[in-house]
Amino acid sequence: MSDKPVIYVDNNATTCVAPEVLEAMLPYLTRCYGNPGSIHTFGGSVAKDVENARLKIAELLNADHRNPDGEATEIIFTSCGTESDNAAIWSALLTNPERKKVIASKVEHPAILNLGRELERRGYIFETIPVDGNGRIDMQALEEALDDNTAIVSVMYANNEIGNIYPVEEIAKLAHKHGALFHTDAVQAVGKVPIDLANSEIDMLSCSGHKLHAPKGIGVLYVRRGIRFRPFIVGGHQEKARRGGTENVASVVALGKAAELAKNGMAEEVKYLSMLRDRLENGLLERIPRIKINGDKSSRLPNTSSVSFEFIEGEAILLLMNQFGICASSGSACTTGSLEPSHVLRAMGIPYTSAHGTIRFSFSRYNTVEEVDFILEKLPPIIATLRKLSPYWKEEYAQ
Amino acid sequence: MWNYNEKVMDHFLNPRNVGEVENPDGVGDVGNITCGDALKLTFKLDENGRIADVKFKTFGCASAIASSSALTELVKGMTLEEASKVTNQDIVALLGELPEAKMHCSVMGMEALQAAIANYRGEEVADNGDDHEGAIICKCFGVTDTKIRNVAKQNNLHKASEITNFCKAGGACGSCLDEIQRVLDELWNNAPAEKAAPKLDDFNKLTTVQKVFRVQEVIDKEIRPLLEHDGGSIELVDLNGSNVIVRLTGRCSSCPSAGVTLKYTVQDKLREFVSSDLTVESI
Repeated sequence: MSDKPVIYVDNNATTCVAPEVLEAMLPYLTRCYGNPGSIHTFGGSVAKDVENARLKIAELLNADHRNPDGEATEIIFTSCGTESDNAAIWSALLTNPERKKVIASKVEHPAILNLGRELERRGYIFETIPVDGNGRIDMQALEEALDDNTAIVSVMYANNEIGNIYPVEEIAKLAHKHGALFHTDAVQAVGKVPIDLANSEIDMLSCSGHKLHAPKGIGVLYVRRGIRFRPFIVGGHQEKARRGGTENVASVVALGKAAELAKNGMAEEVKYLSMLRDRLENGLLERIPRIKINGDKSSRLPNTSSVSFEFIEGEAILLLMNQFGICASSGSACTTGSLEPSHVLRAMGIPYTSAHGTIRFSFSRYNTVEEVDFILEKLPPIIATLRKLSPYWKEEYAQ
Repeated sequence: MWNYNEKVMDHFLNPRNVGEVENPDGVGDVGNITCGDALKLTFKLDENGRIADVKFKTFGCASAIASSSALTELVKGMTLEEASKVTNQDIVALLGELPEAKMHCSVMGMEALQAAIANYRGEEVADNGDDHEGAIICKCFGVTDTKIRNVAKQNNLHKASEITNFCKAGGACGSCLDEIQRVLDELWNNAPAEKAAPKLDDFNKLTTVQKVFRVQEVIDKEIRPLLEHDGGSIELVDLNGSNVIVRLTGRCSSCPSAGVTLKYTVQDKLREFVSSDLTVESI
C-alpha cells in the first residue's frame, strides 16, 4: 500500500474505521481477551460488553424488544452481510418446508442473487422482479409473483450501486398478505438513513459493520421476535444457539460504538452528505456534457451518486482518477474481470453507450467540500481526454 | 485492481498516435460499444508502400488503449506484407505483458490491423476479422468457431476459460463454454473426458434391485450434472419393467422444453449406458 494521500469517495465499498471505534475496540484485542462464554469474571465481564453493543445496535435500528434480562435478543451477530443474507433465506426455507419459492429483485447484491441460483440447483424456485429505467421495483410484477408457495421475499433496503431506497414496508405488507416472510439486505442503509423496526413489518434485516465505520468481518442479522429461526452456522450455544462460533468480541464492541456514533450524528449527516452529493452532481452536470445521473432521485441514499459518462469506459476513468488519488468505483465490465456491465445497470436498461462508462461516488462523514471541489477540477479534463480517444465521440456532442 | 506494468501504464497515460489519419489509405473498424471495446485504426502509406502514418481511436479500458497505442508504434514503417504478419503476441511482447483476462485487448489490435489492410486491398471484411466464416458459438459476443480455432492456434490455448480471456467468447452468460471446449478438444485431438458409466451387459438378466442401482448410477453420474448445468435436476421415482419413471425438478420442472430434455437427454443417456429397451416418463 502506498502512502499517497487519497480522496476516498468509495464508501459503499467499505469505510474507514472511525477513531472512536478503534479506541473502543482496542482493549478487547489486548487486555480484555476473555471468552464471553466463560464462567469466571475475567471472561464473563466481556459478555456484558457484548450485550451492551447489542443494545446500541438495537437502538440504531429501533428494535425495541428486550428479554427479562434486558437483552436485545432480536440482534444476532454474524461475520458479515453475506452470512446474514444466507442465514435469513435458509431459515425461511427450513422453517416453512411446504413453501419452495424465494422472490427477490433483479438488483439485489450477489449475496442474494447467487444464493438464489444455488437454491435453484437444489430444486427451489427463485424468481427475480424487474426494475424500471430509474431502478424502481415493478410492484405489480412483485404482486403477481407472490403466491402461497412463497417462503420469503428479499428486497434490499437501499441499492449499493445507484443508492435507490426501496419501499420495503409496502413490500413487507404484500409478502405478509400471502403468508410469506420479508427480509431486507440493509447493508447500505444502516447508519445512513433512519430505520424504525419497532414500527415496521420487516421480519429479518441484514447489516454489515464495515459500511458504517466499524471493521470488516462483523455483521448483524435482525430477526423479529416470534419469527421461527434455524441457525445457518451450527455449533455452540453462542447468540442463544442461533449462531455458533466464539463471538468476535472486539468487532462486536466496535460495531456497538459505530452504531452509537451513527445514531447520534444521523440527522446532521444526512444533510451534510446530501450537500456533498448535490455539489458533486450539479458541478459535473455544469462542467461535462453528455452525462447522466442514475437512480431514483425522489428516493435514494444521501451519500451515493451514480454518474454515466457517455462514450467512454469506466476502468480508464478510474485509473486516471487514481493518478490523483481519487478512489471511486465503476459499474463497468472491465474493472471486475467480468465482461458485462453491472447487473444493476443492465436491469435498468441503461444503454451500453453509458453503462460501460458509469462511475459510483459514495461519500462518508469524513469527506469534505474541498475534496468534492478537487474532483470537480480534475475529472472534466480526464473525461475530455478519454473522449478524444473514443471512436464514438463527436465534437458536436460537446455543444 | 489490475496489475498493469509500467509499459502498459505508460501507453495508457501517454498514448501514441491518437486520432484519425486524414485521407487514409486503409481503415479498420472492429469491436462495438455493446461488447465494451472498439478500435478504429487508420493508416497512410508512403511512396515505398510503407506505413508512413497510423492513428487509432479506442473505446475501452486501459489495456485496450495501451494495446492500440503499442500497435501503432509497432507497425509504423512496416510494409503491408510485414504488417499483415503482426499478431496479438507481438503487441503483448512490446508491452511486456498483459493480465490474462485482458488478452482480448491485444487480439482486438491485431484484428483492427488486419481489417485496415483488407480495407486497403479492397477486400470485404466482416466486423470481426475472420468472423464471417464459421458457426456462431458465443451468442453474447458473436464469436464463431473459426475465430476460436484461430485464437487457440495462435496462442496455444487448450481451455475454454483461456478462450474467454483472449476473445471474450463465453464470458457473459457462459452457456457456450462446453461448446468452446468441444471445439478445442477437436482442434487438439483431445480424448473426450472419460465416462464413469458401467459396462453394458444384459440388463434383463439383472435382479430388480440391481436394475434400479444401475439406472440410479447413470442418472447420478451422467444425467443430473447436465441438468444442473441449466439450473434443473432429476430424481428417480420408480422402475417398472423397462419403464423408468422420473421427476424433473428445479428449473426443469417448469421448463417448456422439459419434454425434449426427457426424450433426448434422459432417455438417450439411459439407452446409451443401461439398455436400449428403456423408456422414460416423468411425473
